[in-house]
Amino acid sequence: MNAPTVDIRNAVKRYGTVTALHGVSLSIADNEFFTLLGPSGCGKTTLLRMIAGFEDVTEGEILLFGKDIARLEPNHRPVNTVFQHYALFPHMSVIDNVAFGLKMKGMALAERRARAGKMLEMVHLSAFADRLPAQLSGGQQQRVALARALAPDPKVLLLDEPLSALDLKLRQAMRVELKQLQEETGITFIFVTHDQEEALTMSDRIAVMSAGHVQQVGSPRDIYEAPVNRFVADFIGETNLVPVTVEAVADGRATVLLPGGHRMSCAADAGIGPGAHHLSVRPERMNLGTTGDLEAVVERVVYLGTDLQLHTHLDGGQPLHVRLQNSARADLPAPGARVALQIEEGAARLLVD
Amino acid sequence: MAGFLPKSGAESTGYRGLVGPLLLPTWVMVGVFLVIPVALMAIYSFLTKEFRGGVIWDFTLAAYDQFFFNRGLFGDEPPSIEWTYIAIFWRSVWQAGVATLLCLAVGFPTAWFIATRPAAQRGVWLFLVTVPYWVNLLIRTVSLKFLLRDNGPLNGSLMSLGLIDGPLPLVNTDLAVQLGLFYSYLPFMVLPIYAAVERYNFALSEAAADLYASRWVTLREIVLPVVRPGIVAGCILVFVPSLGAFLAPDLLGGAKTFMIGSLIDEQFKGSQGNWPFGAAVSMILMTLVMIVLILYARAQAKAERRS
Amino acid sequence: MKGVRHYPGFLAMTIGCLVVLYAPLIVVTVYSFNGSTSITQWGGFSWRWYADVFTGPEAPRFAAAAWNSLTIAVLAATAATAIATAAAVAMVRGGRFRGKSATFALINLPLMVPEIVTAVATLIFFSAIGLTTGYLTILIAHVTFCIPFAYLPIAARLEGIESSYEQAARDLYATRAQAFRLILLPLMAPGIISGFLLAFIISLDDFIITNFVKGAGMETLPTAIFGSVKQGIKPNIMAISTMMLAVSVLFVTLSYFINRSGQKTRA
Repeated sequence: MNAPTVDIRNAVKRYGTVTALHGVSLSIADNEFFTLLGPSGCGKTTLLRMIAGFEDVTEGEILLFGKDIARLEPNHRPVNTVFQHYALFPHMSVIDNVAFGLKMKGMALAERRARAGKMLEMVHLSAFADRLPAQLSGGQQQRVALARALAPDPKVLLLDEPLSALDLKLRQAMRVELKQLQEETGITFIFVTHDQEEALTMSDRIAVMSAGHVQQVGSPRDIYEAPVNRFVADFIGETNLVPVTVEAVADGRATVLLPGGHRMSCAADAGIGPGAHHLSVRPERMNLGTTGDLEAVVERVVYLGTDLQLHTHLDGGQPLHVRLQNSARADLPAPGARVALQIEEGAARLLVD
Repeated sequence: MAGFLPKSGAESTGYRGLVGPLLLPTWVMVGVFLVIPVALMAIYSFLTKEFRGGVIWDFTLAAYDQFFFNRGLFGDEPPSIEWTYIAIFWRSVWQAGVATLLCLAVGFPTAWFIATRPAAQRGVWLFLVTVPYWVNLLIRTVSLKFLLRDNGPLNGSLMSLGLIDGPLPLVNTDLAVQLGLFYSYLPFMVLPIYAAVERYNFALSEAAADLYASRWVTLREIVLPVVRPGIVAGCILVFVPSLGAFLAPDLLGGAKTFMIGSLIDEQFKGSQGNWPFGAAVSMILMTLVMIVLILYARAQAKAERRS
Repeated sequence: MKGVRHYPGFLAMTIGCLVVLYAPLIVVTVYSFNGSTSITQWGGFSWRWYADVFTGPEAPRFAAAAWNSLTIAVLAATAATAIATAAAVAMVRGGRFRGKSATFALINLPLMVPEIVTAVATLIFFSAIGLTTGYLTILIAHVTFCIPFAYLPIAARLEGIESSYEQAARDLYATRAQAFRLILLPLMAPGIISGFLLAFIISLDDFIITNFVKGAGMETLPTAIFGSVKQGIKPNIMAISTMMLAVSVLFVTLSYFINRSGQKTRA
């Protein structure tokens, strides 16, 4: 088996007494669109900057195709970065920006201008080659930053929240373009974001980070459908986290006591034993039925356009949100009504805390 | 984004290892040609004067004794307080103080007015206020003297308008010196107040007006306390250089308006000089200025802690 | 109803402030073109005092003083700007290091010590080490007190430049020296030019310190002018003053526009 493109082994980052990364290990494969996802301050940007070479690695190794690059200067690492606010050199034209890396690598003038021109063509900005960055729109600057980072043909492209400065429409369009670009170039992308929708739509795999630890690594589907802990379940999408007591486990199924005294049965991963746990149920994975797994009282119905949200509570007062598609249904419960809730098979997940 | 983590531009731009070599020229220049000279001056203030200028390396308190005590013509009478030099210091403090108040009285309305112009115009107004500062101080002082002379343009036009019969004696007065200092350092008052007013949240004034405060009550109760740091900074910036000023008192004042700057200057001129005494007066002036600056820094640190 | 920003009389004060600031300069400029020998009587427009400055009996003295002033200002401003640029890079980009606040105080020390005290201390120092006062001592003193004036605009400019530009350059295979020369230096340029111009004017402006450390027979323009006005204000002094005034205004205007254009490209 080939060595992974990027192999991070037990990377630690400390600033004085503050520890930003507690021994992170990740393997990123060739041609992968890999996303580091997490809230502000989780260490994802620090990790990206360590790969780029802007931050010293306190402990651990960063291997690129099996070679440790953790102590190399940034200009000796065959990786390039798209910066959060692009960092386009304001005193250089667009084409000079794109050609900068090629020039530094010693490519001849004619050759690098040709290559930079081709990169601009790829991002549909050939007409803007001689402009200054300040004369471009945010979206155009973003494409220049991409072209500039891709021009030297890096082994890995690092993207530090590159879409965060764009408005919503543009951001959505760019997601598709970025993914397309990654597939066309075949370059490994490591993408940092705090926006889960961005992460879910583009990534092959996602590493969810929090407080300097990697919480879970997996495909978008894994992360969303099978969160391994409360943090991941809560951070990705919307969920109901219900404190429960597991009474017994047998054959991969658990008998669970809910607040309010109701019992139900659900799948249990290895490692779940009797005792207190949290049950995660996505709001859209529940339905109204005549008989159901749970009974709840409707508090209010919130109109969301494409969806309707039911705020309900169980008998003990435990709140539960249910999301229903907004079809032309006539049987909407009124506030105060008792309803039966059906949970889709496999949608209720017991979490190790 | 690791917002709360320390920003480490040093690490990422690679200048951390070069701090020493980059700062060496500064350390050498300021250290050798300012810190050491000031230390040497402190030593000189305790030496014995040599009559043709310069010093003899005998340690004595004579310079400070001369400043504070009168021991009679031959130095054998019981010491009494010597008021001559203390009076010169007092006059300097007074003149600098009046000049500071003048600057404040004119500088505050000016700064306020500029800061309330549309953003595009402010730069031009500020530019107009600062340009004269960059004109040679000597030339500005000479120009003022030319304007204020007995037979100068100001007296001339006042007389031809019939407002006065004879020339107003403007030069060689306290007023002329105060005007000179005011004129020298006015931009130092305007700029920090401008910076403070520009940051002032005018909704505070609106809230005060909404709660029935008049314009001037609002100014006194709300605006002045909020922009006070700017006012204090402006006062320091005018007062400190005024205290040790040489050109304005020397050119616009007379014998009666003698200030510290001229007193020091005299000690280093030709054979009449007294270097240790000049060094001692300089030390006393510098101590005075440092006390003002330290008090200011303390007050500022306290204000910062509060906010 | 006028807004809370308006205070009656503040406009008048501002105009008064500008009148006070400009009246003496305008009067001197006008009288420098006075055709009469008397400085009181207006004798019609004339260039005669400008001619007098260049060809009159005092012309060699003024020419020498102007040459000294100019060369000292250029040399002192150049040296101070180079020193201040290095210091600014260390202070702004060097992270936290031991002695940083002490260094900051040191850079600003020439602004805090009263000028006359600096003058006295410098004179004592040069006399103690036996360096004859003259051109060199003036130059050394000027470099020293120009450092903070050059430093302020350079450091302010550098603080406004995100370090991500240099990181991007390093990321794109530039060495540290290349990142400095190709990226940081051009971006700092407006601050450096501003710093140089301020240092130049400050050096040209200085009278007190120069007067102490110049030694016998050595003159700069301010000391020469001071020597002359001690005998009374003569029209040729007004002509010189007007020319110096024009140079100062030109430099400040230049510095203003360079700074403004610098801000524009930054946006």
